[in-house]
Amino acid sequence: MADLLEVTDLHTQFFTRDGVVRAVDGVTFRVAAGETLGIVGESGCGKSVTALSLMRLIPQPPGKIVKGSIMFDGQDILKMDDDDVRGIRGNNIAMIFQDPMTSLNPVLTISRQISEALELHLKMDKSEARKRTIELLELVNIPSAKKRVDDYPHQFSGGMRQRVMIAMALSCNPKLILADEPTTALDVTIQAQILDLLKNLAREFRTAFILITHDLGVVAGMTQRINVMYAGRIVEKADTGELFANPKMPYTWGLLRSIPRLDESRRAKLVPIEGLPPDLIAPPPGCKFEPRCQYRRDICSEKEPELKHIPNSKPDHEARCWGTQDGGWLVNTDWRHEIGDTRVLEAIKQETASITATDTPGE
Amino acid sequence: MATASATQRRAAELNVLARKQRSLWQDAAYRLFRNKAAVAGLIVIAAAFLVAIFADISVGDFHFSIAPYSPTLIPQPPASQMEPLWTGSKYTDPRYLLGTDFLGRDILSRLIYASRISMVVGFVPTAIVFALGVTVGLVAGFFGGWIDQLLMRFTDVIYAFPDFLFLIIIVASFRTSAFGKIMDGLLLIFVAIAIVGWVGVARLTRGQVLSLKEREFVEAARSVGATPVRLMWKHLLPNALAPLIVTAAFAVPGAILGEATLSFLGVGIIPPTASWGGMINEGFPLFGTNPWAVLMPALCISIVMLAFTFVGDGLRDALDPRMKT
Repeated sequence: MADLLEVTDLHTQFFTRDGVVRAVDGVTFRVAAGETLGIVGESGCGKSVTALSLMRLIPQPPGKIVKGSIMFDGQDILKMDDDDVRGIRGNNIAMIFQDPMTSLNPVLTISRQISEALELHLKMDKSEARKRTIELLELVNIPSAKKRVDDYPHQFSGGMRQRVMIAMALSCNPKLILADEPTTALDVTIQAQILDLLKNLAREFRTAFILITHDLGVVAGMTQRINVMYAGRIVEKADTGELFANPKMPYTWGLLRSIPRLDESRRAKLVPIEGLPPDLIAPPPGCKFEPRCQYRRDICSEKEPELKHIPNSKPDHEARCWGTQDGGWLVNTDWRHEIGDTRVLEAIKQETASITATDTPGE
Repeated sequence: MATASATQRRAAELNVLARKQRSLWQDAAYRLFRNKAAVAGLIVIAAAFLVAIFADISVGDFHFSIAPYSPTLIPQPPASQMEPLWTGSKYTDPRYLLGTDFLGRDILSRLIYASRISMVVGFVPTAIVFALGVTVGLVAGFFGGWIDQLLMRFTDVIYAFPDFLFLIIIVASFRTSAFGKIMDGLLLIFVAIAIVGWVGVARLTRGQVLSLKEREFVEAARSVGATPVRLMWKHLLPNALAPLIVTAAFAVPGAILGEATLSFLGVGIIPPTASWGGMINEGFPLFGTNPWAVLMPALCISIVMLAFTFVGDGLRDALDPRMKT
């Protein structure tokens, strides 16, 4: 299938007083029509900036896309003039934002906000747009849509507002929807509903999705492929199943380890990745993850590894790690054993838990 | 399945809120009309408007005027410096309820006609001030960069002049020109008040826009392809409206007072056209003989000013309940 979106060597930088922040630093990926791609990483890894760059929504100044190309449907978005980009926004590429509480204009009614894209791109008149708006609200399961179109955002709950945002994104039948942490601001039960809704809509309309999140649990059930980002770069890309079964980058291991598990003891502690992502003004010269990596060797701080195919994995599985690449010292390491047999780990955890328990008075 | 859909229907029913929802503006209107002082102010302003309209109205052959005389009529023989009827002094004339001025013109009629000047001068320059100030503020705040620098430095220059001095300088210098004589000098006053006044509105609007444009809903609107013009007028301006309306409510009495002051100083409305400030000016030299010629127009100015101030206060409380002083 032809690729809908092809991002090549994208560099987005922010020019600040303290220096140039390399928020997105040479990102390359593809999305096929109807495909769902997950972009995963910690906060400040350039996920959102990547999404905003795709729609040329980077505030400028201080931001600037300095290099790369974004081919969408055969056209380079970075070479378009402003009018053409506006023609694409909302029409061919739509975006769902993180916080539905602040992403809706508080003084305009829901119907006026959803109608906006319809009037702009599909040239609908007011009554047509209103009819379509009600349809869209029904599509995203807003009860008594007819009565609620003229309500203001403050009359909706968080989950309902996110549904409204989704309706806005769907309004012009876009080919690609960017969902930037669509469930982060919602509580867990609502998260599940919203994810279900997105999944069904993606299937029904064959819309391509880019789902940006820091929550591996969210992408697991939603996406076909996953890109793991770290410090403005893609550090691992693979099919979703492959990534969870056979991750090949210590950073991904760290992310997987930090997912809370239901089958562990309640006293088990989460294993975080120690430290913080690097300063993007002066990133480390070698592997960006090296300072936080427990498997690092000398080469890691000297030279940055390429993103390339990893032995013992599926053909399109690539990672950016000296250790797991050909001839590396982690090629045959099973990450699950590396953190120890789960039972051994469990024993250790219980032990530490009991130590702290006796130290805590009253327990 | 039947139960499921019944449950859904029930859920839909419950979702219809029991209380009727009010919009932002309905809420504000409710709060405004609960404020007694503001309502009184609105009534006074409405009355002043009616007086101004019916001072002299002609529709076809139908002619109507609530003023007993023409404001410029000097009766022969003149009965000048008459006092109001209720004073009961020997210098009264039953034909003139509020007495006459130094030329013998009926003060009541002049007050009625002068209300036209005050009402017009309150609203027209305010409209110009807002059209200009809001546009400049929106553009400067929204685009930022050199556009902002250019517009705001220009604004600062005008802002740096002492308001009233600037007003007097403009009016005094163009008063004798052809432009200054249009509509008895009214047009010049409009323009002068507008030139002096728009900078405050521009700064206020810009400040609002600067904080609003960072909000996420602006980015969301951008992401559906809204043009800059649409973003400014449909998304940013409605959010900045509340403080602007309050400012407008105080700008109107400011403009009325400005005209009255100019006319009092003799550089406003060109005589013999009646204006409250001008009437004070004319009556002032003979204040000792007939203080009523000064007190009557002064009272009119005070009442109208007070009414606008009450409404302005009411609007501020209604639109921003948190700011209650």
